[in-house]
Amino acid sequence: MANKKPCAVSEKEHKEYSEARRTFLKQSSAVVALALTPPTILKAAANDEKIASYFEQVPLTLEVNGKTESLSVEPRVTLLDMLREQLALTGTKKGCDYGQCGACTVHVDGKRVLSCLSLAVMQDGKKVTTIEGLANGDQLHPVQEAFIKHDGFQCGYCTPGQIMSAVACLREGHAGSPAEIREYMSGNICRCGAYSNIVDAIVDVKQGGQKI
Amino acid sequence: MINFQYTRPSSQKAAIDALAKDASAQYIAGGTNLVDLMKRNIMAPEKLVDINKLPLRDIQEVNGGLQIGALALNSVVSEDDTVVQKFPLLSLALKAGASPQLRNMATVGGNTLQRTRCPYFYDTAMPCNKRQPGTGCGALKGYNRMHAIFGASDKCIAVHPSDMCVALTALNAMVLVTGVKGDRRIPFGEFHRLPSDTPQKDNILEHGELITGVWVPDDGFTKNVHYLKVRDRASYAFALVSVAAALYIQNNIIKKARLAMGGVAHKPWRLAEAEKALIGKKVSDATFQQAAHIAMRGAKGYGYNNFKLKMAPNTIIEALTVAAKA
Ligand SMILES: Cc1cc2nc3c(=O)[nH]c(=O)nc-3n(C[C@H](O)[C@H](O)[C@H](O)COP(=O)(O)OP(=O)(O)OC[C@H]3O[C@@H](n4cnc5c(N)ncnc54)[C@H](O)[C@@H]3O)c2cc1C
Ligand code: FES
Ligand code: FES
Repeated sequence: MANKKPCAVSEKEHKEYSEARRTFLKQSSAVVALALTPPTILKAAANDEKIASYFEQVPLTLEVNGKTESLSVEPRVTLLDMLREQLALTGTKKGCDYGQCGACTVHVDGKRVLSCLSLAVMQDGKKVTTIEGLANGDQLHPVQEAFIKHDGFQCGYCTPGQIMSAVACLREGHAGSPAEIREYMSGNICRCGAYSNIVDAIVDVKQGGQKI
Repeated sequence: MINFQYTRPSSQKAAIDALAKDASAQYIAGGTNLVDLMKRNIMAPEKLVDINKLPLRDIQEVNGGLQIGALALNSVVSEDDTVVQKFPLLSLALKAGASPQLRNMATVGGNTLQRTRCPYFYDTAMPCNKRQPGTGCGALKGYNRMHAIFGASDKCIAVHPSDMCVALTALNAMVLVTGVKGDRRIPFGEFHRLPSDTPQKDNILEHGELITGVWVPDDGFTKNVHYLKVRDRASYAFALVSVAAALYIQNNIIKKARLAMGGVAHKPWRLAEAEKALIGKKVSDATFQQAAHIAMRGAKGYGYNNFKLKMAPNTIIEALTVAAKA
């Protein structure tokens, strides 16, 4: 998949297109950024042609899936956007972006949280695990295996969040019964309605008793 | 979201000073409410002061009660051994709130200060006196299914959405506050406001004041308690109506009673008259029905929320019945 070239577009055309698109995005995001900047910061920046440099970039070091990352982010960047856009870890999904669906669930210092309501700057020094960090090389995590075995998804959009939440649910000791699993998985919405198979997958892992 | 500056002070004094100097600065704890509101440009602080480095996470027994640090996570408090054993009502209310992920982020201080979920407050194209004073209340004659039946004004009929605060109000807890003018201890029942003519103010906290924790007196409500939350789906939804009930029963006679409701007013709604009506009475359906009847005095529906006028007393009766059997 990663090496697949866009069909019907030559290499050169593709390059030109992406460069034009990049310039456009750069310009348009500067305009948007300007429109959303508080007046006091704008005033301070008025005499400088490079307003962008006044947007404070905060240095940030954190561990993502076992690898130390040193980045620089604007304070308003969420952990979700940082993972997807700066680290290209697009396994974590943006469903609602407002804390209402669970698609963006990741683990921070071992606890499941919503990355869409977490500011990246506030994760300095922390350990983040995303869906990309669950498998051990080619060997899938038991919960990933169980989701496949029990058909715990249809479109798959909610699945990374469901799996991260399911792993935490098991580790927290909240998978004692199907009813308890439903309550402790209630923070993950599935539009396709794969719920009963998701519960089956979690029950299976729980009964398997393996260390997760 | 607008750009803002970010600082993470490691002392309480530095945090308080940062807000004292800057009217547009705000504290951030778990961020689950503030980041949501900032993304929608409902709140737009120009500076965020991250308080997570402050040592405000402890849960400890102090002065005949339990002191819980403002930064203690909702998940941690709900599963803390002392909370589960001695303050089970608080544990139940916390577990009824939000989702496991959100409870892992949400703090006790942030939960206390969370803003209303009124859809007119959230929709910046709509009038809302709470968001933009003077624009009117869109909910008053609008789609007001989630709204207040007690203590509302013609300026605002929004409700306070917290579950935790309903239990803490019933338990006579205190909000512990510090600021440039010194420390304050505010009873939960007096902390949140009714909307009157100034619905933009949710509570009596002044700009820059920091919540350091809450203190809950140990009044012995360890057994006959229940938190009943009625909502549109089984979990992960705000209350239509919720009831926190705590009883102390001896020989089938109610010796002490505490009762508060959520989802019905601009603040957690304490039912003091209904409590009085319970004390000294035998545990019976008639006793609970009478208490519910008294509790509903002065209730008023606004159209789409008229169903709460029936749902609320039924929820009170059910919560008391379950608490008495616990
Ligand atoms: C989808 C969704 C569903 C939810 N469902 C429920 C529910 O069913 N029941 C329920 O009760 N809640 C629910 N919540 C709300 C949730 O409980 C709150 O968002 C949370 O408790 C806020 O805590 P926080 O630490 O994240 O606050 P933040 O967002 O960090 O802060 C909230 C406000 O408090 C201020 N603040 C924070 N800490 C302090 C302090 N120590 N001193 C002074 N000021 C401070 C901040 O400046 C900010 O204005 C839900 C939230 C979401 C997103
Ligand atoms: S994207 Fe974070 S909860 Fe929906
Ligand atoms: S599988 Fe489609 S949303 Fe869950």
